[in-house]
Amino acid sequence: MFDLFSRLTRRRTSKDVAKERLKLVLIHDRANVSPQFLEMVKGEIIKVIQHYMEIDEDALDIQITKTESEDGEGIVPALVASIPIRGVKNSGK
Amino acid sequence: MGEVIVITSGKGGVGKTTTTANLGTGLCLLGKKVALLDTDIGLRNLDVVMGLENRIVYDLVDVVEGVCRIKQALIKDKRYDGLYLLPAAQTRDKNSVTPNQMLKLCDDLREEFDYIIVDCPAGIEQGFKNAIAGADRAIVITTPEVSAVRDADRIIGLLEANEIRKPLLLINRVRPVMVKKGDMMSIEDIIDILAIDLIGVVPDDENIIISTNRGEPAVTEDKSLAGQAYRNVAKRIMGEEVPLIDLSGQDGFLAKVKKLFGFRSA
Ligand SMILES: Nc1ncnc2c1ncn2[C@@H]1O[C@H](COP(=O)(O)OP(=O)(O)OP(=O)(O)O)[C@@H](O)[C@H]1O
Ligand SMILES: [Mg+2]
Repeated sequence: MFDLFSRLTRRRTSKDVAKERLKLVLIHDRANVSPQFLEMVKGEIIKVIQHYMEIDEDALDIQITKTESEDGEGIVPALVASIPIRGVKNSGK
Repeated sequence: MGEVIVITSGKGGVGKTTTTANLGTGLCLLGKKVALLDTDIGLRNLDVVMGLENRIVYDLVDVVEGVCRIKQALIKDKRYDGLYLLPAAQTRDKNSVTPNQMLKLCDDLREEFDYIIVDCPAGIEQGFKNAIAGADRAIVITTPEVSAVRDADRIIGLLEANEIRKPLLLINRVRPVMVKKGDMMSIEDIIDILAIDLIGVVPDDENIIISTNRGEPAVTEDKSLAGQAYRNVAKRIMGEEVPLIDLSGQDGFLAKVKKLFGFRSA
């Protein structure tokens, strides 16, 4: 409770804003600089999910975007994946 | 065998040339033999910052093209024993030199000098590739601003991709009063983001402008805070452990005036 209070009253200084924007932009920069990066992540995700489901690999889409953070602290980066499911395997039980 | 250190930044105007001049002169004051190499072909500046602009006969492009020997192009700084400048060509462009030629030039200079400090142009194109070609180590300059830190991050990635491992960070133009107010990113903030080792912090200091006007690097001035910061950078480059200088309370016009009056009336 007290923690929440101090959080709400703390002024968000311009350097806080600068730091937050920088972190976000660098996540994009770093991911884009190496085009293999997202491909590698994609490959690993497919491997894991295939244990449990049959998915449409070609239609799998993964990107880095932003989203409002849960605690209302501002915008945070997010990895969003859209993975079409063809069927669920029975072996997971 | 000398060591080649490239001073780079990505973003323009953050203090590469200033750092090259001050670090190089600082190392010379510590007794080392130093060559300053201006690779900003077409936009040379290191000569004027060093106050050696009137002594240029040959330049870097003349050397790589074989028009003259290295010794003929190196300008000896008469004020500091062991300090030399190899100026950039002013009327050519960055494509007049190749990375291989730069590598060869750096290797030749290594034979003669303890340190070769390379002033890199802004950007990530040919000029950057030339400047880093012969480097053993790199110092990345940034100011505490979003765009400069972002470009520094890009440069760090490119340096590592080019096998120049563990670049060092120099944060320039820090204004402690603004940091205290939360209106400027702190040293910790920037290190947290870039995640590389720090080689020094240089305050925003009008002495830099005054000394650049005169063509005498601030590192030679005892009273200049930026000069002291650069003296420390030089020592750290040589492996000495030197704590960061306390910048708080040093700056701010009012603080200075108060100090002055306190001193006078006492
Ligand atoms: N610590 C400092 N305090 C005050 N002024 C500074 C400081 N460092 C650099 N400057 C000033 O900032 C300007 C740019 O510096 P400098 O020429 O060293 O940058 P640069 O990175 O070499 O620029 P370029 O990318 O154009 O080559 C100069 O006018 C210089 O005097
Ligand atoms: Mg410059």
